[in-house]
Amino acid sequence: MSKVIIIGAGPAGLSAAITIAENGLNVLVIDEYMKPGGRLLGQLYEEPNGNWWNGIKESQNLFDKAVSTGVEIKLQTPVSNIEESNGIWNVYTEDEVYTTSHLLLATGAAEAPLPIPGWTLPGVMSVGAAQVMTNVHRVKPGERGVIVGVNVLSSAIAMELKLAGIDVAAITLPKMNMVTKESGNPLDVMNSLLHVSHMAPSAFVKMGSKLMKNDFLKRMGITFFPKNGVKMWDIPIMLRKAVVEIYGESQVEGVTIATISPSGDIIPGTEENIAADFVCIAGGLYPLAELAAVAGCPFYHVEELGGYVPLHNERMETVLEGLYVAGNITGIEGAKVAISQGVTAGLAIVNSTDGGKQEAKLNDSIKAIEETRNKAYIQFHPDVKAGKQKLQNYWNEHWKAVVSQ
Amino acid sequence: MTRRIIHHPVLDRIDETDTVSFTFDNKKYKALRDESLAAALLANGIRTLRHHEEFGTPRGIYCNIGHCFECRVTVDGVQGVRACLTPIQEGMDVTSGDKLLTSVRDWRANNE
Ligand SMILES: Cc1cc2nc3c(=O)[nH]c(=O)nc-3n(C[C@H](O)[C@H](O)[C@H](O)COP(=O)(O)OP(=O)(O)OC[C@H]3O[C@@H](n4cnc5c(N)ncnc54)[C@H](O)[C@@H]3O)c2cc1C
Ligand code: FES
Repeated sequence: MSKVIIIGAGPAGLSAAITIAENGLNVLVIDEYMKPGGRLLGQLYEEPNGNWWNGIKESQNLFDKAVSTGVEIKLQTPVSNIEESNGIWNVYTEDEVYTTSHLLLATGAAEAPLPIPGWTLPGVMSVGAAQVMTNVHRVKPGERGVIVGVNVLSSAIAMELKLAGIDVAAITLPKMNMVTKESGNPLDVMNSLLHVSHMAPSAFVKMGSKLMKNDFLKRMGITFFPKNGVKMWDIPIMLRKAVVEIYGESQVEGVTIATISPSGDIIPGTEENIAADFVCIAGGLYPLAELAAVAGCPFYHVEELGGYVPLHNERMETVLEGLYVAGNITGIEGAKVAISQGVTAGLAIVNSTDGGKQEAKLNDSIKAIEETRNKAYIQFHPDVKAGKQKLQNYWNEHWKAVVSQ
Repeated sequence: MTRRIIHHPVLDRIDETDTVSFTFDNKKYKALRDESLAAALLANGIRTLRHHEEFGTPRGIYCNIGHCFECRVTVDGVQGVRACLTPIQEGMDVTSGDKLLTSVRDWRANNE
């Protein structure tokens, strides 16, 4: 049979490649980035047991293992299109068209922007860009930054910036508008923050999360949230202020913030400036699934998974013959879950070529995803399991509809 | 003052001795071997990579991982290269993208 092709050399793609190669099949992994590891590369945090999760080392381990099991990896190669004809998938890159009977999409996630006035000035970047500059390239995004958008990722990256000796003046909200609606509403943000409270050494945030189990208390929490914020890793988190504008002549010079009401409206006359030479925008992550869309996969919007996801089952199969998905393309979660999903996708592919010999292993690997999810240190959405269940229901409905046709 | 993070409390120290040279808009700079063009430019204090094709406003990197295409530059004569995905090489000739002519619109603005 032809080589299995995997698009994406992140944790999901690499772990799938290793699983497939260990079972004796040939695998080619294609990735547009310069280094293998995907978004795992930039990750850095201390786990509750005191070990550091060092994305560079974890990526290197996966890469070394893939190479030693015979996986072929082609970097700096963007895939622009995929197309099926007569049971064969064509994978289009600039120089070549690759073909395979089994194609795995492990393209990961992308960051949503928050368009606030001034966001195109040089020095404004996504929070993930600052993470990669700092931890992977080891260049400071600037000397003093403001992070706009309060969520799991921005809290984690704020800590990483501090660790590298970069000053973070504040983490604050964007001004509410049609686009920033949820990330600009303090109540919604408070809701989502309650789920990162275990990462916060700040007693206020920790205590707050226990107190604020119902809406009324949450609103009280916002109302009494100190105007200048609480501090996490010595960085003020301001839920009562929002960035109105990023200013600067030819690059970022600072942000204008203003006090907001509990529902997110600006209180006129409260504007003040914070000087900064870089600004990070944290609009949240969504699955990067364009290739599944051009292939013709049905999509469902599942809030808990971060947006539109291609329909798939727990074996990582899509409804299209020979097309599989794994990692953040199936919903936003941490790298360990992506690795587990990669194993399952790999086994599902092997299983379809050897007449079902992998059934037992495949079922175990599906359980392993669940266990990894339960133990996850970072959870991007508190109800990710409910999201997965919704998708499973859509899958069942889809096949019921197909059968009854 | 260096913009590089040589020492890090958790990550390994980086090697700053292995350098290459390149030019950006005809000025010569130094970079670390194998780093991205975007990182090399930022380490040299360069944040404006191009000017918007239509409005002429300055633009720099945004996503740093190939998604947004804000970091387009011309490398050795090839236009539209993403600086954040391109490893720097000895002798690379990099130029920033410039505002394109919008003659018709400018003419209209002045004459209507
Ligand atoms: C900016 C950012 C920062 C993140 N930070 C954290 C964090 O700190 N902690 C955490 O737990 N999670 C973080 N995540 C979530 C992260 O997505 C997962 O932890 C994990 O890396 C997902 O693994 P994956 O293999 O699914 O995708 P990724 O790790 O994203 O890997 C996907 C790979 O596919 C490649 N690719 C995509 N499209 C194409 C194409 N068309 N052609 C060729 N190659 C392509 C990409 O270059 C990339 O290397 C972050 C995500 C993003 C986007
Ligand atoms: S900065 Fe977004 S593509 Fe390079």
